[in-house]
Amino acid sequence: MEKENPPLPPLQPVTLRINGKEQRLELAPWTSLLDALREHLHLTGTKKGCDHGQCGACTVLVDGKRINSCLTLAMMQEDKEITTVEGLAKDGELHPVQQAFIDNDAFQCGYCTPGQICSVIGLVNEGKAKTMDDIRDLMSGNVCRCGAYVNIVKVVQEALERSDAR
Amino acid sequence: MKTDQIGKERNRVDGKAKVTGEAKYAAEFEAENLAYGVVVSSGIAKGKIKSIDASKALALDGVLQVFTHENRPGYMWLDKNYKDDDAPPGSPFRPLYDNEVQFSMQPIALVVAETFELARYAAMLVEVAYETAEHDTDFDANLEQAYEPEEYKASEPPKPRGDVDKALAEASARIEQTYTHPAEHHNPMEMHASTAVWEGDGKLTVYDKIQGVQNSQQYIASAFGMSQDEVRVISPFVGGAFGSGLRPQYQLFLAVLAARELQRSVRVVMTRQQMFSFGHRPKTLQRFKLGADADGKLQALQQEVYGETSRFEDYSEDVVLWPGVLYPCDNTKLTHKLVGLDVYTPLDMRAPGGTTGIYALECAIDELAYEAGVDPLEFRKKNYSEKDQNEDKPFSSKELRECYRQGAEKFGWSKRKMEPRSMKDGHQLIGWGMAQGAWEANQAEASAKAVLSKDGKLTVSSATADIGTGTYTVMTQIAAEALGLSLEDVTFKLGDSDLPKAPLEGGSKTVATVGSAVKKACEQVQEKLLKLAQEQSNSPLAETKLEDVEFSEGRISLKRDASKSMQLQDLLQHSENGSLEGEVSTKPSDESKEYARYAHSAVFAEVKVDEDLGTVKVTRVVTAVAGGRIVNPKTARSQILGGMVWGMGVALHEHTVMDNHLGRFINHDLDKYHVPVNADVQEMEVIFVEEEDEVVNPLGVKGLGEIGVVGVAPAIANAIFHATGKRVRELPITMDKLL
Ligand code: FES
Ligand code: FES
Repeated sequence: MEKENPPLPPLQPVTLRINGKEQRLELAPWTSLLDALREHLHLTGTKKGCDHGQCGACTVLVDGKRINSCLTLAMMQEDKEITTVEGLAKDGELHPVQQAFIDNDAFQCGYCTPGQICSVIGLVNEGKAKTMDDIRDLMSGNVCRCGAYVNIVKVVQEALERSDAR
Repeated sequence: MKTDQIGKERNRVDGKAKVTGEAKYAAEFEAENLAYGVVVSSGIAKGKIKSIDASKALALDGVLQVFTHENRPGYMWLDKNYKDDDAPPGSPFRPLYDNEVQFSMQPIALVVAETFELARYAAMLVEVAYETAEHDTDFDANLEQAYEPEEYKASEPPKPRGDVDKALAEASARIEQTYTHPAEHHNPMEMHASTAVWEGDGKLTVYDKIQGVQNSQQYIASAFGMSQDEVRVISPFVGGAFGSGLRPQYQLFLAVLAARELQRSVRVVMTRQQMFSFGHRPKTLQRFKLGADADGKLQALQQEVYGETSRFEDYSEDVVLWPGVLYPCDNTKLTHKLVGLDVYTPLDMRAPGGTTGIYALECAIDELAYEAGVDPLEFRKKNYSEKDQNEDKPFSSKELRECYRQGAEKFGWSKRKMEPRSMKDGHQLIGWGMAQGAWEANQAEASAKAVLSKDGKLTVSSATADIGTGTYTVMTQIAAEALGLSLEDVTFKLGDSDLPKAPLEGGSKTVATVGSAVKKACEQVQEKLLKLAQEQSNSPLAETKLEDVEFSEGRISLKRDASKSMQLQDLLQHSENGSLEGEVSTKPSDESKEYARYAHSAVFAEVKVDEDLGTVKVTRVVTAVAGGRIVNPKTARSQILGGMVWGMGVALHEHTVMDNHLGRFINHDLDKYHVPVNADVQEMEVIFVEEEDEVVNPLGVKGLGEIGVVGVAPAIANAIFHATGKRVRELPITMDKLL
């Protein structure tokens, strides 16, 4: 017997707080945070590399924690503070991690880079990385097909040193 | 040569755009009233589509159309219209052409809807009935049916020389071994995407992920019967490609088709799974027979290559080129045959042919060195080629000996014991291996334009690409150098089909190719500047020639008397329309063609292999590169590091597994297809040895995109042998093969 397809779920009002700004959207409930950012808010700095939680390109900070934005629905992130790569520079001044990516040439094509940057900031916030091997392990959720790992590790080391100094 | 820019470490000029998220990639351009297309992929590998029922999808509010072979427009369907600049000989795949399924995951429908979420859901509701035919994707089972193509995509195998069988019989050390390299997929982090913007009046602007915008433009114009003015292709940033963007991929065709039919802007992005549905590095099997005399000199070399291709195109790559470039040998026999399977046509992937060929060659040479009882580095020194035997030409330059010296010293090779399993650290067997590599230093024809405006700002342009390679930065440096400007005063534009013609960005030839055009276009501006300077009354440069002046710090001055000098900005006020232009086309010199032009590398690797578990850690790799002049040591180092990571992937991780029962690549995502991650990479060092080359091209550069990859996998494989005493001749070397 033919199974009837359920009707389309109605759009839902969703309010997100992104980079300090409140954004009101009408979204299908199955819209991922990543697609809400990229397709509905045109914040395309956050990248899609797999849509399955396998690459880290979509990493954003939610209340200071790094998450894969493709693995969460936009409507689950209401009442949270979401930070994307677009929200890191302050008053035209790059975040030190952004600047460190440039200075260490820690990217080539740049597509994994926004995710790597958010991930580095999240990693520093976590405060778990102590050794080089910790850094490498804890950055392994962010794939860089251009293979910029050696330079990315340097960025993380510098960021950890900066946070220790504080 | 005095330089202000060339040879200096510079940050990427597009760095800020990339770290802030401002850099826009193909799927990120906005368009009014944009619709979203999602591709439906074939569930079978071969057969016919009996019917496609899209009624459930179309019934949803907001679904605009489902395009299939049944309702596609009926124009322009000759296969020759689908040729592109990287098409192998044969008949290119035509999306939605008819009901024939030629490979698994073939695109068979495009669902277009108002939102991405809706298109994705609707695509799941499309019901397809197939008439399945028997497919054959089994490479190993079809070796007997391998054939020599009528036409090779790459170069033809070099003619045999001498008598291999006799030389083998007389050799005092010989090996006979088979090496296999699996299929691999490029997997750039950015998935292939096209945003086709409907401009009205049949015109389109397409943002495409491609390594050459003019290739996409030409392809669309010809496939859709449009004129070149009706389609403009733009691609300012490419999120990696490694060859996957050499050919226009099917999402481009489908986005354009839908945009034209709906008269509306459409975006189509592949899924990661669909990134495994077009083009891959072909599975390759190589049989080697090598023989050396009592002095450890190579006397016989036979390489028999079998490479996978599709049923509709004859893809081949330069797998058998490398012995003639790397080792002198009077008795050689090299063949390359193709195995036709029900798969999509393979596609050039970073160092195509070199990755595969040099891997096997360098492992075979290592085996022979052991057979002859000679240190592997020593063996290569004994068998150092002074000319390219394939074409019987001298090298334009070759500082490979210096790579050996500096690389070995940095690595500490002299402390190595020949004996396998002779070094240990607890449970870890330590192995040291090395290999060498080469890659072509080609130059192609290209055009560029330079415009120096009244305010002293220089804009240079060419329709090339930057796929992460640093094109923006390096071209800016070359132009700034020529006119003595700061990087901030120079803008380089690329990735727009309206710009001066440039070839595909691939094959490590972009700096040589486009850089030479940029340099020459700027030299035209130099000439005009000098002329302008001389036209001024009481010009201090009145009687001078171009070779007597230099451009530095915004001034033109006499080389031998810097006090005779004029400010460029002042001069520009006197130019007729306030700006000076140069536009040129350049091609390789006749002289350069008389030489074999190659970059070379020597790679040294250390591995630690767990004795009980067979896990491999690559703890140290040193690569020494002779790559001509290095325009930007900072970005150059990154490119080589990236190549080394790729080499590690080839050696240890990457393998797209064909399920012959389904005829489908079964591990088609980034969970099951392993690429190196941060934790895999430990110490890596890059050395650029000095190499001057006046012949190779006007800049003396050789290109670095591929030389970083080729020698790494064999160096790691040889190190694993040294650690374990075990030769694994089937890539990737995973732990199961070591236990
Ligand atoms: S896109 Fe989210 S992890 Fe890959
Ligand atoms: S910079 Fe290209 S994927 Fe990381």
